[in-house]
Amino acid sequence: MSTTRSGERLAVRKTYKLYVGGAFPRSESGRSYVVHDAKGQFLANAALASRKDARDAVVAARKAFGGWSARTAYNRGQVLYRVAEVMEGRRAQFVDEVAAGEGLRRAEAEAAVDESIDRWVWYAGWADKVAQVLGSTNPVAGPYFDFSVPEPTGVVAVLAPQQSSLLGLVSVLAPVITTGNTCVVLASAERPLPAVTLTEVLATSDLPGGVVNLLTGTVAEVAPWLAAHSDVNALDLTGTENAELATELERAAADNLKRLVRVPDHTQDWTAAPGIDRMTAFLETKTVWHPMGI
Amino acid sequence: MSAGKFEYAPAPESRSVVDLRSSYGLFVGGEFVPTVDGRMFKTVSPATEEVLAEVTEAGAEDVDRAVRAARTAYDSVWGPMSGRDRGKFLFRIARLIQERARELAVLESLDNGKPIRESRDVDIPQVAAHFFYYAGWADKLEYAGFGADPRPVGVAGQIIPWNFPLLMLAWKIAPALACGNTVVLKPAETTPLTALLFAEICQQADLPPGVVNIVTGAGATGQALVEHEGVDKIAFTGSTEVGKAIARAVAGTPKKVTLELGGKAANVVFDDAPLDQAVEGIVNGIFFNQGHVCCAGSRLLVQENAYDEVLDRLKRRMATLRVGDPLDKNTDVGAINSAEQLRRIATLSEVGEAEGAERWSAPCELPDRGFWFAPTIFTGVTQAHRIAREEIFGPVLSILTFRTPAEAVEKANNTPYGLSAGVWTEKGSRILWMADRLRAGVVWANTFNKFDPTSPFGGYKESGHGREGGRHGLAAYLKAAGPKATDRKEAARA
Repeated sequence: MSTTRSGERLAVRKTYKLYVGGAFPRSESGRSYVVHDAKGQFLANAALASRKDARDAVVAARKAFGGWSARTAYNRGQVLYRVAEVMEGRRAQFVDEVAAGEGLRRAEAEAAVDESIDRWVWYAGWADKVAQVLGSTNPVAGPYFDFSVPEPTGVVAVLAPQQSSLLGLVSVLAPVITTGNTCVVLASAERPLPAVTLTEVLATSDLPGGVVNLLTGTVAEVAPWLAAHSDVNALDLTGTENAELATELERAAADNLKRLVRVPDHTQDWTAAPGIDRMTAFLETKTVWHPMGI
Repeated sequence: MSAGKFEYAPAPESRSVVDLRSSYGLFVGGEFVPTVDGRMFKTVSPATEEVLAEVTEAGAEDVDRAVRAARTAYDSVWGPMSGRDRGKFLFRIARLIQERARELAVLESLDNGKPIRESRDVDIPQVAAHFFYYAGWADKLEYAGFGADPRPVGVAGQIIPWNFPLLMLAWKIAPALACGNTVVLKPAETTPLTALLFAEICQQADLPPGVVNIVTGAGATGQALVEHEGVDKIAFTGSTEVGKAIARAVAGTPKKVTLELGGKAANVVFDDAPLDQAVEGIVNGIFFNQGHVCCAGSRLLVQENAYDEVLDRLKRRMATLRVGDPLDKNTDVGAINSAEQLRRIATLSEVGEAEGAERWSAPCELPDRGFWFAPTIFTGVTQAHRIAREEIFGPVLSILTFRTPAEAVEKANNTPYGLSAGVWTEKGSRILWMADRLRAGVVWANTFNKFDPTSPFGGYKESGHGREGGRHGLAAYLKAAGPKATDRKEAARA
């Protein structure tokens, strides 16, 4: 039954789907779009996410928030480290997809994938340290015990970087969930394949379904629904390349006072040390007072 | 009511310490200047409706002048100044506030209507403490956790409300100046006077001209400040509605924003709570400062089996509240800040009745002149009632009940706001369990409405962005030393 003239095995191709609530649905709209490699050759059809997909993803993220944010920080760190472990096992696949999508030489793609894996390890270590670094006890002038702790903001909508399809994605995704937020991520429109493969890693890394939900499609179509959604608490605009659209999204986000990460005004070097800004952007500070006395 | 009010002889604080001018200009570049294009308006005592002074309504050109003065001061003096010297100026200001505490307290009570007991014992000491606290940060910013070389943002436009006029000024100006920013501050139109007295304190401190600028006026003045291109950062405290408008206005600009907005705090009382303290806490939670507090405990959630007793005790306690002359040292509850605010409170209270909640007001005689509202509670309130959902910003408490801790959490969090919450129970483990689950920026357990310069304050959800107070409060006024070589904006400027 072999169909190749050369007798080589015919590859089983992958259908690239969305990742919502721990499952891999196609777009409810039934639409898909063509993904090309850097040279313009056909790579795959990716699901073209719709407004309804975005809303479903927000519902899944909200549902997952209580459980994920209530996990111990140690446990969240374990899960993030597990992501790195599982990714390592699929390194070759990521290298292929990053190389094809971004048009990188093999060594460059390998470096990007390695850095992506190491970034999960870096954030895994942060999970149980954020509260110590950012929290405080406050020496108020009175007989009170008063302490401040960081807490996750809630559901974060993330527009992933358009150019750096894996390292950029991991760099904006990991800090959001390390601290207990859940999210809806819109992958790079033209280079979505490493993102979809990453969701297959996430699904097998003990990360509860719904903590990360990934959509593939266009910023112009999907992002306005996320920016205007009342059950989204924060919005990361990093992947918005159109300044006018970014302004519109920011304006829509004002309706329920979403926390914002704006489009960076300088070229992002995703290989640089990440710093903690992307974690603090989606953290609230809760201060608790109690009288002290006997 | 069984516990009647003792008759106290009036104990009015003297007004003679305050030297009111009949007319005030704007404080720009270190001097009081007349308006270029604005008008004058009057500020009245809400307790008597007496006109206290005439104040300038700054127009767009006035705002522009103030922003330019702030920019010049930032570039030439305040930005380059050492942290040590900035700190010394702030220490000077803290001391001057302490020296003039009585005068500031009386003026605050006159212009705002709040009881002298509160302006004297809470507002002014806290104002001085904020300047003292942030003064000490000025030369220690590299230890604040924002990187090795944190830099100021530039010119900050700051807009503050009328409920704590001078305290909100301190919350805004002290951290901004400590971090090396210069400011243009707009106080609320109904309470501009203590800010103008603060301007004199800046002069006494020899603060370099333009570091602090004060433009008085109403919404249009604030809008001009928000939209001014020379402003790098907006800090606003006020209503959620205006906060959203500001967030929209700065969309697409590089302006940083922090917002301290409204609240509808749940004050949760369990059946094992220390009831004497809880009732004091409930009263303090909602009737402090006439309920003009964004973090006021305006939704009381009482565990069902404690409801009757809590309600009895609360009514008895409320009957002893003294409502009247803010300058009387015996007064607990002063005047509503303005006729407009009084109308808003009255309207929402009528809605409460119309929607079926039962209204009870403390028996008290209200003065004939001025703006007054008796401390009021509503029972039989459901979560759907507007009085349980909307911020009233007055001495009006809505009372609901719950059975289980889980239900208390559910109800407490059932609001778009998330500024504060209260928990009353003797059980420590329950306090920590509740504190963990309440989606609010401040949780007061077995206490309420406590503030301190070292303690971060600010909201979750639609109660705003950012924190004021403590180390966290510095974040609003600093930017970490970011990437420089590839910074497009820097490159464009160079």
